[in-house]
Amino acid sequence: MAKNGQIEGGAVLGRVLSVLVILAGILFAAQLCLASPADHSQVPSIFDPHSGNADLLYRLSGFVLSITGLIFVVVFTLLVYVVIRFRERPTNAGREPAQVYGSNQIELAWTVIPILIVVVLFLATARVIHAIQDAPEPAEALEVTAIGHQFWWEYRFPALGVVTANELHIPVSDRAHPRPTFLKLLSADTDHSFWVPQLGGKTDLIPNHINRIWFSPQETGLFLGQCAQYCGTQHAKMLLRVSVESEEDFDAWIQAQKEPAIQDEKESAGRRVFETTACLNCHAVGGTNGTGRFGPDLTHLMSRQTIAAGAAENTPANLRLWIQNPDAIKFGSLMPAMKLSDADLDALVRYLETLK
Amino acid sequence: MSTTTAPITQAPPVWNLPYRGTVGMACLIIAESSIFTIFVVAYLFYVGKSLTGPTPREVLETPIFYTICLLSSSLTIHFAARFLERGKRGGFLGLWLLTIVLGGLFLFGTGMEWHRLIYEHGLTISTNLFGTTYYSLVGLHATHVTVGLLMLTAVLLFGLAGRVVPEQSKRVGVLAMYWHFVDAVWVVVFTVVYVVGR
Amino acid sequence: MSSDAMAIRTAEAAGRPWVEILHEWVTTVDHKRLGVLYIVYALVFLVIGGIEAVIIRIQLIRPLNDFVSPQVFNRMFTMHGTTMIFFVAMPVLFGFANYLVPLMVGARDMAFPRLNAFSFWLSAFGGFLLYFSFVGGSGLYGAGNAPDVGWWAYAPLTSRAFSPGHSTDYWTIALLVSGFGSIGTAINLITTILCMRCPGMTLGRMPLLAWLNLVMSGMVLIALTPLSAAQIMLLADRYLGSHFFDTQAGGSATLWMHFFWIFGHPEVYILILPCFAFMSEIIPVFSRKPIFGYPVMVGASVCIGFVSMSVWAHHMFSIGMTSYANAFFTITTLSVGVPTGIKIFNWLGTMWGGRIQFKTPMLFSIAFLFQFLIAGLTGIMLGSAAFNWQLTGSYFVVAHFHYVIVGGILFALFGAFYYWYPKITGKMLSETLGKIHFWLFFIGFHMTFDLMHIPGLLGMPRRIYTYEPGRGWDTWNLLVTIGALIQSIATLVFVANLIISYFKGRDAGNDPWDAWTLEWSVSSPPPEYNFATIPTVASRRPLWDIKHPEDPDSRYE
Ligand code: HEA
Ligand code: HEA
Ligand code: HEC
Ligand code: CUA
Ligand SMILES: [Cu+2]
Repeated sequence: MAKNGQIEGGAVLGRVLSVLVILAGILFAAQLCLASPADHSQVPSIFDPHSGNADLLYRLSGFVLSITGLIFVVVFTLLVYVVIRFRERPTNAGREPAQVYGSNQIELAWTVIPILIVVVLFLATARVIHAIQDAPEPAEALEVTAIGHQFWWEYRFPALGVVTANELHIPVSDRAHPRPTFLKLLSADTDHSFWVPQLGGKTDLIPNHINRIWFSPQETGLFLGQCAQYCGTQHAKMLLRVSVESEEDFDAWIQAQKEPAIQDEKESAGRRVFETTACLNCHAVGGTNGTGRFGPDLTHLMSRQTIAAGAAENTPANLRLWIQNPDAIKFGSLMPAMKLSDADLDALVRYLETLK
Repeated sequence: MSTTTAPITQAPPVWNLPYRGTVGMACLIIAESSIFTIFVVAYLFYVGKSLTGPTPREVLETPIFYTICLLSSSLTIHFAARFLERGKRGGFLGLWLLTIVLGGLFLFGTGMEWHRLIYEHGLTISTNLFGTTYYSLVGLHATHVTVGLLMLTAVLLFGLAGRVVPEQSKRVGVLAMYWHFVDAVWVVVFTVVYVVGR
Repeated sequence: MSSDAMAIRTAEAAGRPWVEILHEWVTTVDHKRLGVLYIVYALVFLVIGGIEAVIIRIQLIRPLNDFVSPQVFNRMFTMHGTTMIFFVAMPVLFGFANYLVPLMVGARDMAFPRLNAFSFWLSAFGGFLLYFSFVGGSGLYGAGNAPDVGWWAYAPLTSRAFSPGHSTDYWTIALLVSGFGSIGTAINLITTILCMRCPGMTLGRMPLLAWLNLVMSGMVLIALTPLSAAQIMLLADRYLGSHFFDTQAGGSATLWMHFFWIFGHPEVYILILPCFAFMSEIIPVFSRKPIFGYPVMVGASVCIGFVSMSVWAHHMFSIGMTSYANAFFTITTLSVGVPTGIKIFNWLGTMWGGRIQFKTPMLFSIAFLFQFLIAGLTGIMLGSAAFNWQLTGSYFVVAHFHYVIVGGILFALFGAFYYWYPKITGKMLSETLGKIHFWLFFIGFHMTFDLMHIPGLLGMPRRIYTYEPGRGWDTWNLLVTIGALIQSIATLVFVANLIISYFKGRDAGNDPWDAWTLEWSVSSPPPEYNFATIPTVASRRPLWDIKHPEDPDSRYE
């Protein structure tokens, strides 16, 4: 019994330590991985902020992590010490230790110290909440309305008269020319959540409940994210792409988006297919009689790199497959298979490709 | 080492624990209050948020008489229980019956109000948010009154058959607790629906 | 009829007729048998919920996997979450409470034995109903399907427009029914604890297990009922045409969130408090010391109960509440750390200066302390509203709550199994298998849930049936899945241990751990009606007083 206790104690300790060493190794590897992501825009890490508000969150997270890390180290050390120091040994086996029922001073200490820590953490958090949530909207801010749909994103630039889908373009907002983007978040059906980790925290899009979120991106580039609130079958493929552009590029993009759709007479056959099938009930193409709102606006479809909210690359083959059978790309999306003849399908795809 | 003998060191002089019926009913009442709270919160949350009419101001009439009926039934059941404790069977049965009649009147009143709202004003549970919250809150209360009446009636039948004896006054008291609770909830519902909600 | 009679006759020849045994178990109102029924029922669902978890993990083992379809995946996590919370954790904890509380407070049964049986069968029926949705989900037409709205079932996804068929109704009614069962059990536990204690067992002398179950039951009364109320509203929406959560008619989606989390947050403390109770019984016995700071432990538990009623919106930091609301729920959430910390420190204080025996129950308890510490600290990170905007809805949250639920609750439960199994069956569980179980599960657990934090920090949302390659999530998910497989092997070892030891285990005797509470004073398994004569106690550790007449606790109280 006595011997047993010692062996067990030692073995336990040894194994605990070895597991911890392994864990530490893994965490270290993780750290490396976090520190040097191969391509910043591909890994949407929250520790890789690229906008002013994401940076605020990043610094807060560093603070909270170090305080909790400290608590962990202290309490964990205590635990290991107690387990080793007070294990059963041959020398003490069979004898009951001194029966201690409590100590008021000690208990007071470990009540008061945590209270102080809590207060500190709260103040640090409250500061950031205030800085982000109560930030006034500056006059030069860009206003965008983002509407969540099952399972795609609609973006409207009310002041600029632009409507687009799935790929958001916003201007960079550096110190010299601050031009933050303020998003008004709405939902057409169920709840969604807008989350591009490198640009900022998430905020939900809830029907009947208007929300606001803003970004002040410091660098140009493509930032990825995705819907972060379960919204139905294809919640997984409701991806977000935000392209942060220089002032000039952004203005050029806006100009292009403002134009009505190009009318290429060569592809009038495909256009007729579009206008005579159900497409136009759900899709809008500026300058045609298609004004549907149920699906994404297609006026400048070709200016997007992906289709179906990032589910596939925007290539002619994918477009064809998508119209023929959306389920093949995004099972359960709300676009029905259109059952067109091969000829119609080809014409339609050629027409869509003119929508630059 | 093992032993089944009781570790008697010093038996406490008196060992009185609360009656379990009372404690059980108190727990039930806590749970029920929490259900009602949620419905009340929903009611208050949606006050004035209906997209279409009719509004409470247009259609609700304050049911003063039926409220008096229900509240006075709390008194009658209280004294009925007292009579039973003292072994006065006649007084107990009489007041008990009166309680049931008063509770029944209240239910009748609710029924009449619903009838009026549905047939005269076309307000149903699906008309608007007012209808939704009104019928569910008042209906939840009415369901409790109904359940209470069923239990009261059962006791009355046993009483008439001579099965309710003074020794059971504790149990009858537990039922009376429930009835008091139903009355108290009505005070809240009344305030919310007929006073605050208008 | 006649075949029944035949069956009985043949069985009689072999011993006790099985129909009779079955009949006894089905009609039993004995708290010990109901406790065992609860526990067995929960173990069955643990394996079912675990298989669902394994399906989830296999699907996520690599990007763009197509092991299951999106719909099936969504059903899997909904059923996994619902099953694990309502049909594993709740019943198993109620099972232990049912079994232990009367024994520990020196009562012969629960206060309302028949209500007890009724509550169990309600809960059991709820579980059956939930799984019946696999065949009944879309009514008589079409293939059957289970609910796929997530375990929070956020509105308006649950409205008829977005959830046609009956799958959501099965979810709603199953939880409503089992919820009523839980309320019944809670009423019963409170009444038992307040009204059935043996002479001398004042509130201040009750074992902490009874205290914590008292607090837990109180929370069930106040916190489970909002869910029932919300379920009633949801049913009314779906079948009577009301508009509580109908955003088209001015209804509010956020109202459901509030109602759900007013239930949901206290619920997680309802689950953890009984586990604290196990710890508070196991750690002192294997440290050979009384619990450190008993009154403070009681106070902290009650405090946790109260504070946890006011923190629910920390699950909703991203829904766009005002900055004041966010700040308020941040401070309440963080404050829970204080009483919880007190408990951790008091357990450490109990071990301090003791003589710690590394029996399997104690191994699980030490692992509990270690893991609950980390889990609580990730909870603190989530509780900081602004940091939460980056973390909520991601795998970091999934990692946090599995850390508490598996690393905390499941480990505590395993500890409880090894500790009380001898009392319940009269046989010891094998220590060898126990150690294998422990180390396998420990390794599997850490492999799964330590690493799961990382994809969360790298931006991986939860509830996605697949993910794009190249986001830096692939390797982590692969390792996490392997960890889950190790956990399932460990679980199999555990189940094997339960079965083998039942037949081949060492006899336990009344008091194998040299413990101090009343349940160890009776035979194992305890006789019907527990105590031949109702005991009288004079301290918190009645058996200590008997074993150490020279230095009884009663002298100091
Ligand atoms: C048993 C279950 C359990 C327990 C005990 C906890 C405990 C805690 N949880 Fe957890 N939680 C869940 C189960 C649980 N949680 C579940 C299931 C979910 C997700 C549900 C879903 O979304 O599906 C969740 C989600 C969840 C969220 C929402 C995440 C999101 O979706 O955005 C938050 C946010 O605040 C949170 C916080 C906390 C905190 C602060 C504690 C605290 O109680 C922890 C307290 C403990 C400590 C702090 C450690 C010990 C203390 C010390 C050593 C003292 C010193 C410390 C300090 C002074 C800080 N939890
Ligand atoms: C008591 C609660 C509990 C427990 C114990 C667990 C245990 C586990 N959970 Fe779960 N989980 C939840 C509660 C719980 N979970 C909740 C509430 C959610 C949220 C749902 C939602 O979002 O709506 C969730 C969600 C959830 C997800 C996220 C899904 C998503 O968002 O897409 C994942 C993913 O990895 C996961 C994994 C696991 C794993 C690997 C285990 C393992 O620990 C399981 C280990 C046990 C076993 C494996 C059982 C033993 C099995 C056998 C003995 C049979 C052997 C069979 C085979 C190997 C086929 N869980
Ligand atoms: C019932 C409504 C409906 C009809 C009819 C319909 N669509 Fe769609 N369409 C949608 C929806 C909804 C989406 C978004 C799907 C998603 O991403 O989940 C979509 C997406 C698309 C996309 C991808 C757009 C993008 O930016 O990602 C294209 C291209 C498209 N549809 C073309 C067509 C064509 C061509 C037709 C007719 C032959 C058609 N659609 C008919 C609803 C419809
Ligand atoms: Cu949209 Cu998830
Ligand atoms: Cu919570």
